[in-house]
Amino acid sequence: MEGFQNSLSVFKRELKSYFESPVAYVFMVGFLLLSGFMTFSVTRFFERQAADLQPFFFWHPWVYLLLVPAATMGLWAEERRTGTIELLLTMPVTLMQAVLGKFFAAWLFITLGVALTFPIVITTCYLGNPDLGVILCGYIGSILMAGAYVAVGMLASAMTRSQVIAFVVSLLICLLLLLAGWPPVTSLFTQWAPAWFVEAVAAFSFSPHFESLQRGVIDLRDIAYYISVMAFMIAGTHVVLENRSAA
Amino acid sequence: MLEVRDLVKRFGPIEAVKGVSFSVGMGEVLGFLGPNGAGKTTTMRMITGFLPPSSGAALVGGHDVAREPVAVKRLIGYLPENAPAYHSMTVTGFLQFIADVRGLRGKAKASAVDIAIQKCRLETVRQQTIGTLSKGYRQRTCFAQAILHNPQVLIMDEPTDGLDPNQKHTVRQMIKDMSAEKAIIVSTHILEEVDAICTRAIIISQGKIVANGKPAELRASSPTGRLEDLFRKLTLVESGDARTKEG
Repeated sequence: MEGFQNSLSVFKRELKSYFESPVAYVFMVGFLLLSGFMTFSVTRFFERQAADLQPFFFWHPWVYLLLVPAATMGLWAEERRTGTIELLLTMPVTLMQAVLGKFFAAWLFITLGVALTFPIVITTCYLGNPDLGVILCGYIGSILMAGAYVAVGMLASAMTRSQVIAFVVSLLICLLLLLAGWPPVTSLFTQWAPAWFVEAVAAFSFSPHFESLQRGVIDLRDIAYYISVMAFMIAGTHVVLENRSAA
Repeated sequence: MLEVRDLVKRFGPIEAVKGVSFSVGMGEVLGFLGPNGAGKTTTMRMITGFLPPSSGAALVGGHDVAREPVAVKRLIGYLPENAPAYHSMTVTGFLQFIADVRGLRGKAKASAVDIAIQKCRLETVRQQTIGTLSKGYRQRTCFAQAILHNPQVLIMDEPTDGLDPNQKHTVRQMIKDMSAEKAIIVSTHILEEVDAICTRAIIISQGKIVANGKPAELRASSPTGRLEDLFRKLTLVESGDARTKEG
């Protein structure tokens, strides 16, 4: 209970800090503009004559790729650069409580951005009769995937004091995870790695798990996949921060 | 109240703190002197639980910081070097966050924040963003954070560094006012501070304690009767008589 309160205090501060600076607004506007542009202008939402959000969700992994690392790069890198990490970690809070508080704050922040795309649901309902179950499922999948991106971004941010490095590293890791099953990526490994390794890398990909959720299929394995990616990255963040030698 | 036993910290091949032992009781103000890089900050970071010691132990109020870090952190108020604080927050918002993580709720929280603001004379800037404050105010804001929960142990890393003479005087006065009911450690490399506020002083050089005693005793052991010369003698000499003073 007390552990939860501690995490909650960290969570609240982190979430507030997004809105205390222009970060939140730039991020939200960027996210909405980019996902709107991709959906309407690139995949031609209206011309498709289909009342579903497939072209909308299709772009989410790519929009996240750019924007989630930007939203998470400061999580720990900024604390390390300014030295506030020394304050935070000498408070009666365990490291795990602090890590979880920050993770959920960043995840909720992204979720708020995703929630602000609701007009597109209303538009689709106005124009046709979409399957709302599929749409809900797509949102759940998208938010779970965002959680995985956030966790990767937080790990990258814990590794450095530079937000730029955190941004680039998390973008690269996310890109690798996104494209892991794609032939040009797997061919990087087929040359020298055994087949099981290539398959393992491909199995780590974000994309297939998101695609099935996007189609309205709730498979426990997909949910378990995203939760394990998050758990792994959170544990990684804990290890990295515990082993830092200074601020 | 606070006991440090044979504390050692290694960073790879470098031994930054080489077996430091001392204790501080209630009502004592211990001055922690030494040239830059002597290991003052590292020692303080180990006591406050920010860095784990390589060996040895730090006990605060009977709790070992390695085994019960949260219990120790609850007893300590800590002012880190350079007074870090979240720059996007207001003074009040920052102190409320600290009160939150320290488990203060409702009325207790409001009054703790008010008292800290009053004690550190921050009334005029309480709604100002910390990033816009001058160095002296920032220092006092971080000081307010350290005394917010009325801790039994107060650890301050160069609390007067970078302040003008008036501000230095204010900070020293605040430390003096509180010293009766607390165990305090103040690190500094300003020797006049020792006479102004400390009941006892330790000189540390290259990770080892080279002198430990009341300011008057230290002065008596100085060849010229001045602290400054003792400091120079103990911390400049690489070997020989400096090492015999150890302990």
